[in-house]
Amino acid sequence: MRRLEAKHPRAIRWMHWVNFPLLTIMIWSGLLIYWANDVYEIRIGGATLFHFFPDWFYRTLGLDRRLATGMAYHFAFMWFFAINGLCFVLYTFLSGEWRHLLPNRHTPREAWQVLLHDLGIRKGSLPLAKFNGAQRFAYSGVILMGAGSLVTGLAIYKPTQLAWLTQLLGGYMWARAEHFTLTIGYVLFFVIHILQVIRAGWNNFRAMVTGYEMVPARERDHA
Amino acid sequence: MPDPIESPPLEGVVADQRIRHLTRRSFVTGGVAALAGLGAWRWLGSATPEDGVPWPLRRLLGLNQSLVEGIGMPRGLAPTFSAESIRGASRINGLVGLSHEVDGSSWQLTVQHENRGIVQSIPLRDVQALPRLELVTEFKCVEGWSEVMQFSGIRFLDFVTHFRLATRSGRTPDPAGNAQDLFHYVYLATPDEAYYVGLDIASALHPQTLLSDTINGVPLSRAHGAPLRLYLAVKYGFKSLKRVGLVRFTDARPADYWAGRGYDWYAGL
Repeated sequence: MRRLEAKHPRAIRWMHWVNFPLLTIMIWSGLLIYWANDVYEIRIGGATLFHFFPDWFYRTLGLDRRLATGMAYHFAFMWFFAINGLCFVLYTFLSGEWRHLLPNRHTPREAWQVLLHDLGIRKGSLPLAKFNGAQRFAYSGVILMGAGSLVTGLAIYKPTQLAWLTQLLGGYMWARAEHFTLTIGYVLFFVIHILQVIRAGWNNFRAMVTGYEMVPARERDHA
Repeated sequence: MPDPIESPPLEGVVADQRIRHLTRRSFVTGGVAALAGLGAWRWLGSATPEDGVPWPLRRLLGLNQSLVEGIGMPRGLAPTFSAESIRGASRINGLVGLSHEVDGSSWQLTVQHENRGIVQSIPLRDVQALPRLELVTEFKCVEGWSEVMQFSGIRFLDFVTHFRLATRSGRTPDPAGNAQDLFHYVYLATPDEAYYVGLDIASALHPQTLLSDTINGVPLSRAHGAPLRLYLAVKYGFKSLKRVGLVRFTDARPADYWAGRGYDWYAGL
């Protein structure tokens, strides 16, 4: 016997899906800006392991010689990205959803179990909950990253008016590097998120669209 | 429609029917929303460009400017650095308007005011006779690089005050006491007007806006804007006009070389 259970509130679902194109636009326009001075690389000793980014990357995606366009879009869509993110945080706190989302004292142990399980080291089923420990860390972390992007972004945008903030982040050049690093973080988050959603299957994905999940009634009675 | 959580939970076949219905409804809603978003994106991308940028984005850039000017933290000072923070040779970028040779000894600034017939010519040496200021700040290029640089020269505010410029009445400007007498904008250009910048008067009269003749302690080279250039700590570098030949005070927002090519006109930091 299976039964229908509410999982994700409507507001959370909307803000989650609205954030997807907004963040994409912010990353895209950010890349148009970054192209004009693409100095970051991963170096070990004297050798360059990876340069952000190779020329073919810009050319293939049409990201070269569009600095002005990038700035115009970035400084327009930053508002929508920020407002959607602030609404999400506000809603999460007012609705009590934060209880499912924020890490608690069980989270580190549970996250470790999830990691071992996902790597195929640990057998057996995971505790049934809306979000497991690994998800709590990942989803709370990505919200913090969003806040970090706003803060570092403001420090780059108005380094005179917000000079105290820029200084706090280590200066203009550091604020830029931090802003860039956070973006790379989103991309890594996105890759893992997609892989995990595929692994979790249709029922889980559908819950993020409809808000409801089919749950085996038996297991539910144990919980 | 009953909420399955408020009423007793749905099970079995009823639950299956219900989730099918919810799925259909949600994916249709999501699809319509996605199409609407895509439509809005297309519309934005194809909106009539204003100076190289779709007009709604231009409007938003203008709003950003009003917001920044309006929230009452208008003009802090840009952080200053010690001379030891200067690293190496000052980077050169942008040579528009610098093609002809110049003669610093006979250099004159042409100064105009809107709706006033008189054109003043102010010799460079008269400008250089004013009190000097050394300023070590972080020069920030719109491309994304920045460099601590030292500019020394004469405050634009002192220049304007000494020669009684920028006012409609022709009296000595008094930004604190009688701001209404000031023109709203100033336009500065190379003598051939190949490169030009437009500034709001507040930024032009900011205490860290200089008419500078040296960079990092050495006289300006031609590529750096000899014999006299502008430096603004509160704007991206493209507003720091090299080789100042023409200064015009006006109430209509002046043209700007890079703003006409898709960049933000205000470009304030």
